[in-house]
Amino acid sequence: MFAYLVKRVFQAIAVMFVISLIAFAIQGNLGDPLRELVGQSVSEEVRQQLRDELGLNDSFVQQYLRFAGNALQGDLGTSYFFKEPALDVILKKLPATLELVFGATLIIIGLSVPLGVYTAIKPNAILSKVIMGLSIVGISVPVFLTAILMIFVFSVEFGWLPSFGRGDIVHVWGYWDTNFATVDGWLHIVMPSIALASIMLPLFVRLIRAEMMEVLQSEYVRYATAKGINPWRIYFVHALKNTLLPVITVGGVQIGTMVAYTILTETVFQWPGMGFMFLEAVNRVDTPLIVAYLIVVGFIFVVTNTIVDLIYGLVNPTVNLARMGA
Amino acid sequence: MSLLSVRDLTVKFAMRDQTVTALNGISFDLAKGERLGIVGESGAGKSITGFSLLNLLSRPGYIDNGQILFDGEDVVKMNDQQLRKVRGNRMAMIFQDPMVTLNPVLTIGQQMVETLRAHRKLSVEEARQIAVVKLREVYINSPEERLDQYPHELSGGMRQRIIIAIALLLDPQLIIADEPTTALDVTIQADIMELLLELCQSNQVGLILITHDLGVVSQMTERTLVMYAGRIIESGRTRSIINDPQHPYTQGLINALPQQTLPGEQLRQIPGNMPTLAQVPNGCAFNPRCTFATDTCRSQIPQISHYGEVEVACHEVQRLQSEQAREEEKA
Amino acid sequence: MSEQGLDTQMPHQAEPSRLAKIMDSDMLYSFRRNPVALFSFGVFAAIAVLSFLAPLIAPYNPYDPAQIDLMNSEYPPVWINGALPEFVLGTDDQGRDLLSTILYGTRLSIIIGLCAVALQAFLGISIGLVAGYVGGRTDSLLMRMADIQLSFSTLMVAIIFLAVTQALFGSETFNRYAVFFLIAVIGVAEWPQYARTVRATVLAEKKKEYIDSARVLGFGPMRIMLRHILPNSMSPIFVISTVQVANAIISEASLSFLGLGMPPSQPSLGSLISAGFDYIYSGSWWITVIPGIVLVVLVLVINLLGDWVRDVLNPKLYKG
Repeated sequence: MFAYLVKRVFQAIAVMFVISLIAFAIQGNLGDPLRELVGQSVSEEVRQQLRDELGLNDSFVQQYLRFAGNALQGDLGTSYFFKEPALDVILKKLPATLELVFGATLIIIGLSVPLGVYTAIKPNAILSKVIMGLSIVGISVPVFLTAILMIFVFSVEFGWLPSFGRGDIVHVWGYWDTNFATVDGWLHIVMPSIALASIMLPLFVRLIRAEMMEVLQSEYVRYATAKGINPWRIYFVHALKNTLLPVITVGGVQIGTMVAYTILTETVFQWPGMGFMFLEAVNRVDTPLIVAYLIVVGFIFVVTNTIVDLIYGLVNPTVNLARMGA
Repeated sequence: MSLLSVRDLTVKFAMRDQTVTALNGISFDLAKGERLGIVGESGAGKSITGFSLLNLLSRPGYIDNGQILFDGEDVVKMNDQQLRKVRGNRMAMIFQDPMVTLNPVLTIGQQMVETLRAHRKLSVEEARQIAVVKLREVYINSPEERLDQYPHELSGGMRQRIIIAIALLLDPQLIIADEPTTALDVTIQADIMELLLELCQSNQVGLILITHDLGVVSQMTERTLVMYAGRIIESGRTRSIINDPQHPYTQGLINALPQQTLPGEQLRQIPGNMPTLAQVPNGCAFNPRCTFATDTCRSQIPQISHYGEVEVACHEVQRLQSEQAREEEKA
Repeated sequence: MSEQGLDTQMPHQAEPSRLAKIMDSDMLYSFRRNPVALFSFGVFAAIAVLSFLAPLIAPYNPYDPAQIDLMNSEYPPVWINGALPEFVLGTDDQGRDLLSTILYGTRLSIIIGLCAVALQAFLGISIGLVAGYVGGRTDSLLMRMADIQLSFSTLMVAIIFLAVTQALFGSETFNRYAVFFLIAVIGVAEWPQYARTVRATVLAEKKKEYIDSARVLGFGPMRIMLRHILPNSMSPIFVISTVQVANAIISEASLSFLGLGMPPSQPSLGSLISAGFDYIYSGSWWITVIPGIVLVVLVLVINLLGDWVRDVLNPKLYKG
């Protein structure tokens, strides 16, 4: 277990190192920090002096080490636009994005398991065929289009649901304001959550169904039947546990995709999260903010992937000894 | 009254473009505590017979016709709930490959306890105690620790012992063992068979042993069925069948045994292959491989009937006997 | 002995034609009997043909500024009051004929999708062949890279890459080469899908006798890989490719929607939807909804075809 943990953490650090190199390369090539600092009306001599003071004339390695050192201390530079530390800007936007991801995850987990299991157990039922038909339509509609069509129907045509922003939010702690405390907050988060879940949900339904159907064909399920075990126990203990192993792995990969989709969802709903902020930063060429976003998102990816791998190791007894000890 | 009475069992498989018959009117009986061997090459329908007895055929296979009377009740007519009460409880099954039979994500204990609790009102603790006793019976050492281990932590032989223990958990009347040692290392095959025999004898459990190995059958069973292309072609006391086989196919099987061959001599395999279910020849299914085949054999399906000490389905059995007698006289 | 003589002598040489055989018999048979597959193919063929004939059949050329009149903007489709008969599906915010713009945009979306998938397939198949054939450290390094690449979603990588590129080059240069950037980033980001599958087939095939005999006969690794192993990977590659084209079209649309893809002056379906989104509140829903429907139908029929191809070619399901 310990060896496995060390191995995973080491790999996570290696990936973070690569991300920081990319981020650093972007920082060095994108925009001109001097112009942001002092404007263009400064003589060449003063510029050179400033460059020296800022360390822009140091070697690549020196500059990178300074960048990495600062980053490790939480200093990711100052946003040109907000005139605030870039990390603070992002952390302020983070809770909005996380609540959105949370809402979507609830929808995905809450629906994909029952739907996937049902369609696997009763593949020929009419309801299963309807679910499978809808799922293929689901994966064919891009997230942003789901969002737009929902706005068109529920906001523009019927006027039932608000189409942008977070609505009434309640302060919880630190930078964290929540949508889940007021009715208005709930109304605002419903459509963005559904939109964000809209492409993952059918994907997971199909994945769970496919894995489950394969497991149901397995010899150990047949053996469980031969032992006279109740079918519900066979479905939800024998089969589902084996089904979820590959699903967890895919789930880990999909977390990354989910973060990407937050950018789309937040843009359509003008949701004040870090995805929306990132696109604005791109349009303003706010380099420190772009770089900080890259590092924060990279960090989230690496951490969640590592955690998912560890969970997989804990759930799967075969990994426990065979790989973790090694 | 016999424990098991199979009458005219017919099993079909609905394939994409046609329906094939896998079992064709199988009938046999099994007395309480009796041990029966079912032999034949792969594809003869042995395993399908085994699974049918528990009504465990999975799509696209289904029982088309016939009766399987187990203790007087017809398994074919049972609903799911009735079947569940029989399976694992009164009739247990040992599968072929212990590496894939146990669920990889559940501990041995979980898989034993759930079996007991599916059929009897027991607490988990009581069930574990019974499990420990049964694991001891199959010579698993430190059984308490094994209960908390996962299948992948145990060897194939150990797993098959555990599966035998699971089969014995509820003191069934009948155990169906489908090639229980084929997937195991040759060195431990005999141990497992010996264990199985010992436990069946001491517990008065009936056994149906499905195998392609006539040698094993002769050591393990009292009666034998020989199957070919979905039919029983010869049946009777194991000793009679081994010592004096009547059907040319059974003779071929026995001649092919390594024990029948002198050192350095080539094994005498039966030429040709078992037909696939979709292309069973007309008449006796064995006729293309049979040296005695006549026109009758190629057109009419032989019925099974008494001949000497066994029952055999062969048109030419009498001619065969007289020819053999003549050859022996010459010798 | 000529090389051809050798090839025909190797019995397993028949295997590469497996896909071809399936194409001939079972696949065509299943295709004719499957109304969903027939319908999907019909719709896809219709969309593809119409969009590729856009320069010939479109009533207007949306790329020609002389044919665009801002005065014509936001006319509704003909079945709604206040429409102009010459604009069947109405006009967009810039006064372009929506039908023509959609035809040109669909063509662009399909081209980007196909080229990106071709690039993915090329990279993935090459890497997969090398990883599987060479094995050892090269293999584990490449597959580790594939894992990491996969854990970062394509869309995320594409967004960051395009965002930085756009900031670096400025929008004008970026817009001029947007097609190539899109193809490159969607093409590069998804190679692991192919690489993993191809590698798995290579490992399975490598064990078989005929590869040994080919090696003994002195065929070089390139020839063995391309002539003997690759043909056996064709079914999974075919299955992946269908789904990947659908995904690539969605990715392109998403990126263009974010303003990181095709510019409004050369709209793909995504940038059209994006441009129309601003007008949805003012009632000009058609600028967004009609290209949206075209996009969904296009992706849906490709996905339906993909599902059917997988059902037919997947050996696991084939027996069921």
